[in-house]
Amino acid sequence: MTVAPAAPLVRAENLGRIFDVSSPWLTRVLEGLPRQVVVAVADMSFEIARKETLALVGESGSGKSTVAKMVVGLVPPTTGEVFIDAMPMHGRRRGAERRRLRRRIQMVFQDPYASLNPRWRALDIVAEPIRAFQLAASRPETAARVGELLRLVGLDPADGGKYPHQFSGGQRQRIAIARALASEPAFVVCDEPTSALDVSVQAQILNLMRDLQDRFGLTYLFISHNLAVVRHMAHRIGVMYLGRLVEIAAADALFRAPRHPYTRMLLDAVPDLEMSGRQRKPVEGEVPDPVDPPKGCSFHPRCPFADDRCKTERPALVAWNAAGPVACHAVEEGRI
Amino acid sequence: MVEQLQFQPLRQEGRLTAALDSDLLHAFLRSKITVAAALVTVALVLAAVLAPWIAPYDPFDLRQLNLLDSHLPPAWLAGGDPGYLLGTDDQGRDVLSTILYGSRISLGVGVLAVGLAAALGIVLGLIAGYAGGFLDALIMRIADVQLTFPAILIALLIDGTGRALFGEHRNETLEFWVLVLSIGLSFWVQYARTVRGSTLVEKSKDYVLAARLIGIHPAKILFRHVLPNVIGPVLVIATINLALAIITEATLSFLGVGLPPTQPSLGTLIRIGNNFLFAGEWWIAIFPGITLALLVVAINLLGDWLRDALNPRLQ
Amino acid sequence: MTQPVLSVRNLRVEFPTRRARLVAIDDVSFDILPGEVLGMVGESGAGKSVTGTAIVGLIEPPGRIAGGEIFLSGVRIDNLDPPAMRRIRGKRIGMVFQDPLTSLDPLYRIGEQLTETIATHSDLRGAALRERAIALLSEVGIPAPAHRFDNYPHQFSGGMRQRVVLALALAADPELVIADEPTTALDVSVQAQIIELMKRLARRHRAAILLITHDMGVIAEAADRVAVMYAGRIVEIGPVRDVVSAPLHPYTRGLMGSIPKLDGGLDRLVQIPGSMPRLTAIPPGCPFHPRCPRVFAPCPMHRPELRPHAKAQVACWLYHPAPSAQSEKPATLAGPP
Repeated sequence: MTVAPAAPLVRAENLGRIFDVSSPWLTRVLEGLPRQVVVAVADMSFEIARKETLALVGESGSGKSTVAKMVVGLVPPTTGEVFIDAMPMHGRRRGAERRRLRRRIQMVFQDPYASLNPRWRALDIVAEPIRAFQLAASRPETAARVGELLRLVGLDPADGGKYPHQFSGGQRQRIAIARALASEPAFVVCDEPTSALDVSVQAQILNLMRDLQDRFGLTYLFISHNLAVVRHMAHRIGVMYLGRLVEIAAADALFRAPRHPYTRMLLDAVPDLEMSGRQRKPVEGEVPDPVDPPKGCSFHPRCPFADDRCKTERPALVAWNAAGPVACHAVEEGRI
Repeated sequence: MVEQLQFQPLRQEGRLTAALDSDLLHAFLRSKITVAAALVTVALVLAAVLAPWIAPYDPFDLRQLNLLDSHLPPAWLAGGDPGYLLGTDDQGRDVLSTILYGSRISLGVGVLAVGLAAALGIVLGLIAGYAGGFLDALIMRIADVQLTFPAILIALLIDGTGRALFGEHRNETLEFWVLVLSIGLSFWVQYARTVRGSTLVEKSKDYVLAARLIGIHPAKILFRHVLPNVIGPVLVIATINLALAIITEATLSFLGVGLPPTQPSLGTLIRIGNNFLFAGEWWIAIFPGITLALLVVAINLLGDWLRDALNPRLQ
Repeated sequence: MTQPVLSVRNLRVEFPTRRARLVAIDDVSFDILPGEVLGMVGESGAGKSVTGTAIVGLIEPPGRIAGGEIFLSGVRIDNLDPPAMRRIRGKRIGMVFQDPLTSLDPLYRIGEQLTETIATHSDLRGAALRERAIALLSEVGIPAPAHRFDNYPHQFSGGMRQRVVLALALAADPELVIADEPTTALDVSVQAQIIELMKRLARRHRAAILLITHDMGVIAEAADRVAVMYAGRIVEIGPVRDVVSAPLHPYTRGLMGSIPKLDGGLDRLVQIPGSMPRLTAIPPGCPFHPRCPRVFAPCPMHRPELRPHAKAQVACWLYHPAPSAQSEKPATLAGPP
């Protein structure tokens, strides 16, 4: 226990993002409307160790996709910073350094119908990162590398000349994974990679991603709304609600003993396939409008344990015991 | 090496069979009107391009003109000369030949003007849609202002500016390019608006994010990723616009601000013929008019078909 | 014996294309009893949505019903003319679709849309009409229904909108409700609420529900019986409890195995190799045989029919005597004249 833990590959520090959703300036002035902002993400801090999968789970409006985009550098954070191998992601850096960082981070998107350019052939799509980072010395070498990647994700290299619409949804997601692997990344962010796919295809893709992780020692940030999917993929799980982490814990612990009332509710909402007659608590209400979130703990209107403190004071994400941090007054006070 | 050998033949075979077997071709052959319109267009374009070789006379060669042959009616009417199938105009030029040469100029102006308008509109539309913010506002406000004027007025304005600038040194070639410029500049707005709209949709798609993620330069993203996906509607507008550009040129020429009578386009021919319409010499105006109408209708029909064929919702 | 509300017999739907005639669903038969929820599950392209649109007579031309019969409470409806079919839709068959926004007109208040639907199918007018509409809103769990009556669809959340759509579908007290992916666009916590509501409404109104979804979880929660579709055919149909806990058909087994489970841990998921065939290239014999782990001699040759086995019906040669050896000819040559 005296061995210093290896430095995490990814570290997010106080990540926050505010979106301006006001009407255009002229409309605002003419109609006397106020400026409106949405706090999409606030106070997100987490670390991901090498070869680990951290999953972020939440419903619509939880801000999980915005976190994904900030982590890969597609959306600049309003506050906070992401460090990859202790290198800041968003700070000012020179071109070469930025390129090195970019090469190590890749992303697999949700909808394989939108993430592949419909006018490009599969082999050009997969070859793009190889060309962008000049990873191959010649055209034949690029082609050989593309063929290898396609085989790696279970596609026939001879199909590389086809366009995306000639592939099925699962095959398209395989192409997207091949593209993500083309730059030989260390860290891959997966934003709901299977939610647009059929279950049997989902199983294929999830298994493929697990295999690739083992084979290349990849680190994953896995975004999903589906707790059961996350169960098969993640070592640790963070649960998000209205832009904030409410609980983060090792996967086993979270499923065995969920602590935050929202986590419990999410677990309860997963349909029961075993027909065990498990007693399910009826779930109350819906996710509020992020433009106008509730005061205090944003979950309190739906929470069966809410009291006056929950309505006024926002709970901090603190590790009250060894099980990991939870943002809940009821847990802190030992009420649940 | 092996991989490349595998890809190479596949690529070509794929494209060829895809083209021959495409739904576009099928839809095309099924519509008789479209096939007829295409045949008319091809015939007129060929006639225009090949005018120097197929026209019976060169209407620009003064040595071939004979004033004694002026005002001859079409060959099948009393007093007609079999050598002048569609009759002659007031200077003794063969109407058929002037139409062939005139189509050449009309089509030339049309194609070049549409090309200019499309190029300008596409580039500005891509920039406005992708960059957003100030650039977008600037480009689109200019477009809005221009939209409040009729295209013909813009063309007249630019044409007038061109004339004022070059004044004394005007010649036929210069006049031709002023015409192309004035029509081109008056048509770009539609392209810019269409391309901007499609770009706004495309730029938020994940394939663009994937390209941004690996640090592809924005210009490269615009032209290699976005452009191929927004070009479809542009082709449709261009086809329909071609007919409009030819009419605009004819209108300008008819108003007397287009090409000089020594380089007559279809519009100029109609204007000249208009003077003789009431003298009973209808053929000087009517035959160029029919040609213009045929050309415009045929191209418009092609454009309509292309719009429907490329619209996935109608398939 | 109770007469089924909906009875589908040997239904076949074709979509002629330039290159081929696609058979979207082939030889599909099932019944739904009053107050029963029949789940229809399958992956995209399995033909489950086409079945729903065929029943309400909304197949887009050039697609057409090429064979079979559909009975609503014993009366044949697949051969009715469009005006007669229009009267049945809304009045006797209610419909709920995936995206509640497409079922609601954004320009009209919720109350207006509801009263209009009720007025079309009943004699209620004036205050009674309004009362009935508010009662419906309250029944589908809209809080403060009298107040919400005057709101526009955009003022409702996704779950509340789907509740309004349910109220619209139930407005005319239909015998049958066809719900096509009613929970797919909703958050998990809201899905459970809508499922619960649908079950309750089916029981109270004694309406039959055809619940079409790709989500086995929704079926397990809501349906009484389930029909599993593959490549345009029903491969297994039976009580949910039996099909979910002891699936018979190898496809159903693979499907159940590939669903991630909460108690699964970091295990690999069972996966079915390959993907569903395109409708242009459905394999001969059993359409599942190229992907089936238990394929044997008769499978590529003969198409299995849906026959009873235990409490369910299954179309698989593993459970029925395979055709005798002398008749073992390729399916293209075999078959009755």
